[in-house]
Amino acid sequence: MKKNELKVIGKSHQKLDSKERVSGKAIYGHDIELPNMLHGSILRTKYPCADIISIDTSRAEALKGVECVITAADIDVNNISYKRDHPILKKGTVNCNRDEIAAVAAKTKEIADKAIQLIEVEYKVKEGIYDPFTAIEKDSPKINEFGKGAEKFGNKNIAESFHYEHDDLEEQKTLSKVIVKKTYELPRVTHACLATSNITAKFDQLDGRLTLWSSTQVPFLYQRDIAHALKMDPSKIRIIQPVIGGGFGSKLDMYPFEPICALLAMKSGKPVQILYSREEEFIASPTRQPMVIELTTGADANGKFTFREIEIIKDNGAYTSWGATTPFVMMQAFSSLYQVPACKFDSQAVYTNNPFAGSFRGYGNPQATFSIEINIDLMAEELGMDKAEIRLINANYKGEVTGQGLHFKTCGAIPALETVIKKSQFDQIYNESKKGRYRRGIGLGSMLHVGGGAKIYRSDGCGTTLKLDDYGYLTIITGSSEIGQGSETVLAMIAIEELGIPIEKIKVINTDTDVKPWDVGVHASRTSFVAGNSLLGAIKLLKGKLNKKASELLNVVTEDWVYQDGMMLFNEFEIKVDKVAREIHFGSPHELCTVNYFYEPPSRFQDKDFKGDVSGNYAFATQAIEVEVDTVTGNVNVLNVHVSQDVGRVLNPIGLQGQIEGGVAIGIGYALTEEMIYENGILMNPSFHGYKLLTTTDMPNVHFYPIESYDEAGPYGSKGAGEAPLIPTAAAIANAVSNAIGIRFDSLPITAEKVLRALSENTK
Amino acid sequence: MDEKLVTISFTINGENVTKQLMPSLLLIDLIRDKLKLKGTKPGCMEGECGACSVIVNGDAINSCMYLAINIDGKKVTTIEGLGDSKDPLHNVQKKMVDHGAVQCGFCTSGMVMTTKAYSDKCLEEGITPTRDEVKKSLEGNLCRCTGYARIIDAAEAVYK
Repeated sequence: MKKNELKVIGKSHQKLDSKERVSGKAIYGHDIELPNMLHGSILRTKYPCADIISIDTSRAEALKGVECVITAADIDVNNISYKRDHPILKKGTVNCNRDEIAAVAAKTKEIADKAIQLIEVEYKVKEGIYDPFTAIEKDSPKINEFGKGAEKFGNKNIAESFHYEHDDLEEQKTLSKVIVKKTYELPRVTHACLATSNITAKFDQLDGRLTLWSSTQVPFLYQRDIAHALKMDPSKIRIIQPVIGGGFGSKLDMYPFEPICALLAMKSGKPVQILYSREEEFIASPTRQPMVIELTTGADANGKFTFREIEIIKDNGAYTSWGATTPFVMMQAFSSLYQVPACKFDSQAVYTNNPFAGSFRGYGNPQATFSIEINIDLMAEELGMDKAEIRLINANYKGEVTGQGLHFKTCGAIPALETVIKKSQFDQIYNESKKGRYRRGIGLGSMLHVGGGAKIYRSDGCGTTLKLDDYGYLTIITGSSEIGQGSETVLAMIAIEELGIPIEKIKVINTDTDVKPWDVGVHASRTSFVAGNSLLGAIKLLKGKLNKKASELLNVVTEDWVYQDGMMLFNEFEIKVDKVAREIHFGSPHELCTVNYFYEPPSRFQDKDFKGDVSGNYAFATQAIEVEVDTVTGNVNVLNVHVSQDVGRVLNPIGLQGQIEGGVAIGIGYALTEEMIYENGILMNPSFHGYKLLTTTDMPNVHFYPIESYDEAGPYGSKGAGEAPLIPTAAAIANAVSNAIGIRFDSLPITAEKVLRALSENTK
Repeated sequence: MDEKLVTISFTINGENVTKQLMPSLLLIDLIRDKLKLKGTKPGCMEGECGACSVIVNGDAINSCMYLAINIDGKKVTTIEGLGDSKDPLHNVQKKMVDHGAVQCGFCTSGMVMTTKAYSDKCLEEGITPTRDEVKKSLEGNLCRCTGYARIIDAAEAVYK
């Protein structure tokens, strides 16, 4: 695909909703107040592993202002979650410290919280299992009573299992000059969205319809999940998405508090709102998958990779979320990031009495990439090779079809590597002497991620309805959702580019399942790609209508109308777009300028062996990160982050830059500061005081060099970009720390404490 | 519930208000729940994230860590108090929009109010702060979306 000249795409455009957000006028879930609205509160278990002997709610029910109390005994519902192994309210046993036992709706939040304290639960405390390696031992008790591990995977505590392989591993081992085997441990971290989880529910008893104001990022899957949970018809459930205060994958699953809120509304007959406190957000919202990865990799005498063999044990926690499917993405990284002649991958998600892990931006890929990129450094060291060189000779290339069947029709892997190696002055910093208190180091990390959606659900599509009104104003009704990433701005830019309608005349409607057409949701960096293509399809239909009518009105025969500044132009002919729309409406054929289009990407389901071209295109990136280690305090200071990423084509430069910087910030937190610390299933640091997010003064300079590979599958040649910037960050930082002080860290986060301990052990 | 109500008078967004309040009421709850000014955001309710920042007598404070009765006789500005009918966005807000400082926006009110208080003081004293000083001024405000760079750019641009 060649770069064609565009007027709007590729030039920075301010975020469509930013004026509303910067003036405090945007309405988030926390800001909703409905008439007669009650406030809900949830009683969670006192112990992460126990039998429930009895629940007495009588004192809570007697409290003035309490309108309803529910426990498992009061509700007729189905289990929720990806594996349907999660009861909404627990009875009999509790399995982790998030477990919901009862819920209250009351006139005020204070009364609801007080009522929760008055519920008396008698427990028989049991010894929990918090280590997945203990959980998979034969004599361990079964943790989740609904788990099907014994039947499906030969072990009662295995929640999900994946096996993948391509080509002959043993043969490749014989060709290897060097084989590196290493075990990595990745921590549990959380999204820490600035807005805590929230939901408002209203049930209309007259027609049996339920309305939920929910910050889900997958409204149509969510509608179906809520319906399944509550045994309702999905079409009777309307999902309205208020402005969402951060997503990052946390809102991919539906969680118990959401049907609980609906049940409270149904039982009380009044609207009910549940808002998490920050402490509750830490305790009861999802996390990234913690895991132990054992990675064995080989390379031949020339440094060409020969094979990868992977064994992963993931701590699934007590229930199973979409996050259990992260191996779909991880196996792509292991099988196809760089050229990999042979690969064997096994991963087990194991039930424990820890809280269940969910999905988080990157979806398993930061963990996989961390292990891959460190092993590459180690192999280079054993071979005495340059760390840039070993990556370049193994890099992915245009036209490559990987062992897994991913087809890289375009590929910016080599340009991305070359760019950051040069711009970061990698060789110079890498080879400078490392002495004194402050030691500088530099490291590399690359990544591969889906860039054109991912076919993991039966449809990976998105619908668009366009309405051009009598005055030339365009309403884009898109199935896709805005969660802060700026996708609706990109959609508006596409409409301006194609139809020449000024921004003041464009509106994007995307928050109501009763109105908008179907879309699978915000995930897999897919929104600009899938919703953009869907919009382009709809615009083509709209132009067909307008072109025909304009030609008829001006008595010319052409399809080549140019849309510019509200006008349609062809040679000496010109006519206003809104006039054409009015002629279609009020004249013949008496139609509205409304069109519908549904786009389904050309990607395919992978076969039972997980082989196949799963995405419309693929994103590639490399980061070179420069750090300075203080050998007195152990503190790792990130100085410069050089990011080069194949984004296909830059659509909105300022929006893309924000995605890159924001992703890198989460990546640095993952590398250096963030960890949820559990002791016997209880979270010890449920606050921003104990869980360290980066602040303004921690943030290094981020230098971004986009690679434009113009992939024809994406809108104007673009690829998904949202997840990529955090995927290789921790790997590059770990490699940089090793360069600075000569010590390898195989677990995250690389805290000052850990560095200091390692330095003192090294000097003994 | 038995607390004795206290009568206080204050100015909020230019309007003089007298209220009878419980002494334990937090300023954020007065602002959001009683005055229905929802632009001030509850991010953590423990003074760590800065999303609830408002300006009291020229200083940006965390309204979740401040008792409402302590605004007696003082001047409070919330995000709704910026701009006017002629120019609905204050310069700080304009810079945030222009520099792409907003993603999900939940931290944005706090970022704007903190930047406004700091820049008002700097401009009054004729000081143009360095980039590091601007960063330091925003250290108490967390953002999970942006990685801060656009926000810092916007806050610096206020002086240009």
